[in-house]
Amino acid sequence: MKSNRLGHWLAILIGTLYFLVPLAATFEFSLRKVRGIYSFEAYRVVLADPQFQASFSFSVALAVVTIVFGMAIIVPMAYFVELRLRKLRPFIEFVTLLPLVVPAIVIVFGYLRLYNSSSLLPLTNSSLGTNFLLICGYVTLALPYMYRSIETGLRSIDVRTLTEAAESLGASSGTIIWRIILPNIRSAMLSGAFLTFAIVIGEFTFASLLNRPAFGPYLQLIGANRAYEPAALAVMAFMITWACMGIIQVVSRNTAAARH
Amino acid sequence: MSFIEISHLKKSFGPNTVVHDFNLSIEKGEFISFLGPSGCGKTTILRMIAGFETASSGSIRVGGAEMTNLPPAKRNVGMVFQAYALFPNLTVAGNIGFGLKIAGKDKGEIDARVAEMLELIKLPELGDRYPYQLSGGQQQRVALARALAIKPQVLLLDEPLSALDAKIRVSLREEIRSLQRELGITTVFVTHDQEEALSISDRIVVMNQGHADQIGTPSEIYNNPATRFVASFVGTLNLLEARVVDPATGRVSIDGQPVVTKRDMSAFGIADEAIVALRPEALILGAGDDDRNTLTGTVEEVAFLGAVIRVRVRLREARVSLDIFNDPTLDLPKIGMAASVSFKKEDLLIIASH
Repeated sequence: MKSNRLGHWLAILIGTLYFLVPLAATFEFSLRKVRGIYSFEAYRVVLADPQFQASFSFSVALAVVTIVFGMAIIVPMAYFVELRLRKLRPFIEFVTLLPLVVPAIVIVFGYLRLYNSSSLLPLTNSSLGTNFLLICGYVTLALPYMYRSIETGLRSIDVRTLTEAAESLGASSGTIIWRIILPNIRSAMLSGAFLTFAIVIGEFTFASLLNRPAFGPYLQLIGANRAYEPAALAVMAFMITWACMGIIQVVSRNTAAARH
Repeated sequence: MSFIEISHLKKSFGPNTVVHDFNLSIEKGEFISFLGPSGCGKTTILRMIAGFETASSGSIRVGGAEMTNLPPAKRNVGMVFQAYALFPNLTVAGNIGFGLKIAGKDKGEIDARVAEMLELIKLPELGDRYPYQLSGGQQQRVALARALAIKPQVLLLDEPLSALDAKIRVSLREEIRSLQRELGITTVFVTHDQEEALSISDRIVVMNQGHADQIGTPSEIYNNPATRFVASFVGTLNLLEARVVDPATGRVSIDGQPVVTKRDMSAFGIADEAIVALRPEALILGAGDDDRNTLTGTVEEVAFLGAVIRVRVRLREARVSLDIFNDPTLDLPKIGMAASVSFKKEDLLIIASH
């Protein structure tokens, strides 16, 4: 019994070290830009870099648009599947999992073939068009996470009965989604939104091949040319992701507490 | 013409027909219950009245207006669900006022109506609470207030008491009935609980496999069941096989013992087989006089049920159960002793021929 418990602790310790040592080493390395002392100089340099600010702002803006665009497509779809087309659930789940199976590079090459400057719909002819293409790509990439979050939220409420109750009180479908469904799946939507944010912020393949000044290609550029700044950027990227996860946890806990 | 007219209503899901040629007229202000086991089609009919299901054929008219293909939002029908279906993101007042807000009423009117409804359901101080802060009974009263706030022409109740515990269920059904009487609203109530249906309805529709087996007042349904199904579903009943001796005088033989019924037996011929029924409460222990029928047998079981004691007597092959009111001074029969049971001639129900 005692050796069994020791084994558990050992497994936890090994696992923790496996994740924490590289992270701690990266953090420690990021502090060594000034010879002989620990400092946040690498962070200062990164944050002061106009290219960092531009690429980060660009990716944040893209993430926000991706979230809005994605939610506008996925929430009504998931709602109507849950309400009227439950038999289609396995098929929809399969479709939403495809972006995990098809590599991003294949998707982006498909986009380039379909929407290049000599195609019927030459989206890559302009920055705006390419940005739109990039957002479409990001919505596709985020689909498995966003759909699952929304679907989990919808399953946690009795969509059909709430819809029927609202219908019997005279509400239209749009009103029902806006006033009843969305407020009750807010935490699920936030989870989906933060996951999407984390994905978009670090995404490289789409942005690089579509030649957009996003944060992912900037990370790669710095990583290839500098020593300490990539470590600082890696730590910052981790912090952003953890912040997103933390907010998801807080929101979910508050919602769960409010329900009970 | 009645207030609600349901004509030749039929509903099929793929190859399965769950409602067959259903016809019903409901008067304004009437409280009517659909009673039946799970899967008998009672909820499907209610959902077709609400507009949540589309009829395969037939028509539904309310107040003279054709409703069959109208969307639920246009029917002005209030609905209360088994699972309450209160909107979790809205307060009690928000829930009650939801339909009025959708209808574009001004804030003053909504507030006044919400306050009136809260008074009506006797929860005037709970307007600011959220549904999760209420008990099941309170939630269902709020759901009732929400359905009534829009002043619907019909109130539909889909097993609204099923999720509640026994005591709350009884008190809430009485509240529902008194509210319905007070407001004079035409109400359709779906339940599988016979006691509920018998206690609060003006009329009951007993549903069986998509058909209405019998439509009548609680007393008619209980005392004169039209079919074997109604007889066995509503109340406890002794169903016995009998042979007709003389249909003109109502003489039949149960397990070889002669008895007489005052019920109409014109549909039977001499020596026909019939199913007859006796309510346990119509039987008493001991032989009766000439105005009563008497059967003899042996006491097989004595079960204490609280307010009543149920005694089972075996005749020859058949068994009959009878109820005796609990009285501590009563000398209860012993198992195995010979016993006679008697009943009035009009209490012997004729259910059907074999």
